[in-house]
Amino acid sequence: MSETKKNDVTTAPSPAEPGSSRREFLVQGSKTAAGVGIAALLGNLGHWALSYAADKEPIKIGVLHSLSGTMAISEVSLRDVVLMAIDEINAKGGILGRQVKPVVVDPASNWDLFAEKAKQLLLQDKVAVVFGCWTSVSRKSVLPVFEKNNGLLFYPVQYEGEECSHNVFYTGAAVNQQAVPAVDYLMSKEGGGYKKFYLLGTDYVYPRTTNKILRAMLLAKKVPEANIMEEYTPFHHQDYQTIVGKIKKFSAGGGAAVVSTINGDSNVPFYKEFANQGLRAEDAPIMAFSVAEDELRGMDTTALVGHLAAWNYYQSVDTPQNKKFVADFKAYCKKNNLPDGEKRVTDDPIEAAYFGVHVWKQAVEKAGKTDVDAVRKAVYGQKFLAPGGEIKMDEGNHHTHKPVLIGEILKDGQFKTVSRSKGLVKPEPWSEYTNPDKGCDWISHQGTYQKK
Amino acid sequence: MLIAGDVKKIHVTRLSYSGAAAIVTRLSLGVLWLAGVVWLVAAYAHAASPPLLPELSPLDQALSHITSEDEAVREAALRVVIEQGDSTVIPRLEDIRATADRPVRLAIKPVMDLLKNRAKLESPEADARRSAATDLGTLGRPVAIPWLEQAAAKESSKWVRYTMQESAALLKLAGDDQAAKQVAVNTLGRLASQNAVPALQEIVNVGIAEGASEVQQSLAEAARASIERIETWAAWSAAIETGFRGVSLSSILLIMSVGLAIIFGLMGVINMAHGELMMVGAYATFMTQEAFRAFLPANLFDYYFAVAMPMAFLVAAGCGMLLEVTVIRFLYGRPLETMLATWGISLVLMQAARVYFGDLTAVTAPAWLSGGLQVMVGVYLPNNRLFIILLSVICVLTIYAILFRSGLGLRVRAVTQNRNMSACLGIPTRKVDAYTFAFGSGLAGIAGWALTLIGNVEPGLGQNYIVDSFMVVVTGGVGKLAGTIVASLGIGGLNKLLEPGLGAVYGKVCILVLVILFLQWRPSGLFAIKGRHADS
Repeated sequence: MSETKKNDVTTAPSPAEPGSSRREFLVQGSKTAAGVGIAALLGNLGHWALSYAADKEPIKIGVLHSLSGTMAISEVSLRDVVLMAIDEINAKGGILGRQVKPVVVDPASNWDLFAEKAKQLLLQDKVAVVFGCWTSVSRKSVLPVFEKNNGLLFYPVQYEGEECSHNVFYTGAAVNQQAVPAVDYLMSKEGGGYKKFYLLGTDYVYPRTTNKILRAMLLAKKVPEANIMEEYTPFHHQDYQTIVGKIKKFSAGGGAAVVSTINGDSNVPFYKEFANQGLRAEDAPIMAFSVAEDELRGMDTTALVGHLAAWNYYQSVDTPQNKKFVADFKAYCKKNNLPDGEKRVTDDPIEAAYFGVHVWKQAVEKAGKTDVDAVRKAVYGQKFLAPGGEIKMDEGNHHTHKPVLIGEILKDGQFKTVSRSKGLVKPEPWSEYTNPDKGCDWISHQGTYQKK
Repeated sequence: MLIAGDVKKIHVTRLSYSGAAAIVTRLSLGVLWLAGVVWLVAAYAHAASPPLLPELSPLDQALSHITSEDEAVREAALRVVIEQGDSTVIPRLEDIRATADRPVRLAIKPVMDLLKNRAKLESPEADARRSAATDLGTLGRPVAIPWLEQAAAKESSKWVRYTMQESAALLKLAGDDQAAKQVAVNTLGRLASQNAVPALQEIVNVGIAEGASEVQQSLAEAARASIERIETWAAWSAAIETGFRGVSLSSILLIMSVGLAIIFGLMGVINMAHGELMMVGAYATFMTQEAFRAFLPANLFDYYFAVAMPMAFLVAAGCGMLLEVTVIRFLYGRPLETMLATWGISLVLMQAARVYFGDLTAVTAPAWLSGGLQVMVGVYLPNNRLFIILLSVICVLTIYAILFRSGLGLRVRAVTQNRNMSACLGIPTRKVDAYTFAFGSGLAGIAGWALTLIGNVEPGLGQNYIVDSFMVVVTGGVGKLAGTIVASLGIGGLNKLLEPGLGAVYGKVCILVLVILFLQWRPSGLFAIKGRHADS
């Protein structure tokens, strides 16, 4: 990040113009700038010496995550892990013998700014690829920019599906890799055989679409309409008294589970109220799709223990590469004096952001160049041994084959895996329940197509 | 069985050696003969072996059968384990479960739950006893009925006893004994048990279906009466709960907006940073908690919350004072500039908190404020909400005392009514302004302190509440504390009345529309200041 800034300074002086005082100012300015530039060069000497990239241009890649505003809480960690992955790649000699240089921008949790910054990354900085976005609305806002300028975006967060863009690779879960298996699990004997479902979410596109799919799925599985409740709250909702009261009435007699797509800061008041009104995880477990380790880090977990979540990765996954990944991430945060340093945790979107960078690297190496069209083709079918286990990019639909893990929240803010899918689950951008006739394929079709 | 099998194996090997030596040509006949001998020997060994080995108790035998391949054997073994009801076998079951196959594990799990819960019925903690009773009710094993009844007989806590009786009755309802069912239906009706409604409804459905027997019909009749009883009770308890929720929300609105009512209402300053002063109070609470955690022994931890209150007040008041002296002082009488400046300050404070404290930070509610108080069947009053209601009442009383019973209050009221005249009479208006602003800010800090019980502590905390606070103050009528109280009661109560029907999103929209309409009708709010106001 500092590197970009320094370079900006060195390129800042514009050609001198007539006018003595102005010229003087400019001369002085460029002198200062040159000084700073030299300082920057000296500072980076160690870096430069490591590689022989001095004669080759570094590859620029964009990082588009909110570093301020409401979404900073979640997105800063993704920036950190992307930079860590870039460091790892550079330490091993870069890609195709070229160093990788991140261009970090801050869209400040502002959806319009996301589109603006994306445009800046693609047109001005001419980055080869962008890693970014968290909320669906930010992704929707940058989508036209990427499609118009043929950019490439790696999107690392679980989302509602119903999208099939030529310019996006989705490394997070589609609905059939998170929400659907989670509800399947709740209905199974092993998961408790629940028969009534309270679908509760924050009022925006992800919960609405997910619940639409879940409702269709439950109806297809012969759950009567009366046993499904759907409810939404505004963003930052704090007063969950009435809703918990409703859940209490709904769950009377047992067999009811809450499926929560509540976002961000509303979770704590919700779980607190849930516990304070005498409801327990045993009577009505809450299955959450937006609560991960990174969010739990800042919460008082007493009220959450025993409730469930569905993800594709947990920090507690027991693989050698995950142990290394977690240790590396903590060490990276400590080394760079990031807030909370060693106490940082990894979670699903962090892992997805991390392997996204590596998948892209492998694709570039396969293609032999950073050209978007070539890289895109090379990404298809790419495999990578991610911290949570090997993942595979789909052959045609731009999504990722991932395992599905149901976890129980523990006191220390970690998860205990209680159920794991057999092998990888194939992503379905268009749900079989709501859009059985639609498919997504960029090899034998042009994106979204009608199945016969 | 295992033992007999082992004996059989030994005999087979020994005999087959001799058999092989003696009869080579008549192999087929020999095999038949051998099989016969083996069977005989095995039968003998089976009959003879028990006296040689220590006697197996039925429980041990059952435990050894649990891992059987045969489902019927397994079920029978589990039944024995359940009937024995001995919770000391749990560790042995755990051992079996650790190595067993999936179907066996699935079969063992409910048995273990049953036994564990039976053990928990004796727990010294009321909560554990109660949750054990609930679990036994939902596990649906009639064997638990006597356990629950015994436990209920000696139970001292009213609500735990209630749960035990309810669970026992629910289990009886699921059983086959018609007389017991009849009793259970009546008991559940008497207990007003919401949990029983689905099961009772089922009985009613069976009773009214064609071809129902007389017994079933009479049972259905009783079940219908019980459901009616339960529903009536539920309606009442829902009304009480809604009332409580309204009061609780009102108290939160009130505690957020009293500070604003003083600053905005009495001084006429539109302080957009008021929410951030709440945030400052919340972070002061968090810091106090962390300090207690770091420097004091763990048994003093619960007292941090009490210490945090003056801390929150003082820190927020200090911030307010600083704000007044450095910015607001120069902007009196220029509402637009004040609004923009304070809005800018709110952004600065928010981002500063984000940079310094990072993400979400949690305040752990002290033990005596978590959980809830059950006042009647189905009605829980969470402790934290009760506490906030009490706190808001105390706050309002204190403010009234200060404004109307103290010298400072007199001066504040004088300056509010006519600044120039007060200045002429020798009141140091600048100082009064600063104190008033600091006091209002301190109240915001207390609101932040109280809100840590409800939500989380995060930089955007103030933003969530500021709009509601302004809404309350404007609706109540600027400059009148009574108006703020009535408005928060009205808005909170109305919100909770509308929410069950309309949902949270439309409920809020509806409230905003009503407030707009109300302000059209009475532009100066509920309690308008009568007479001539110096500034207007």
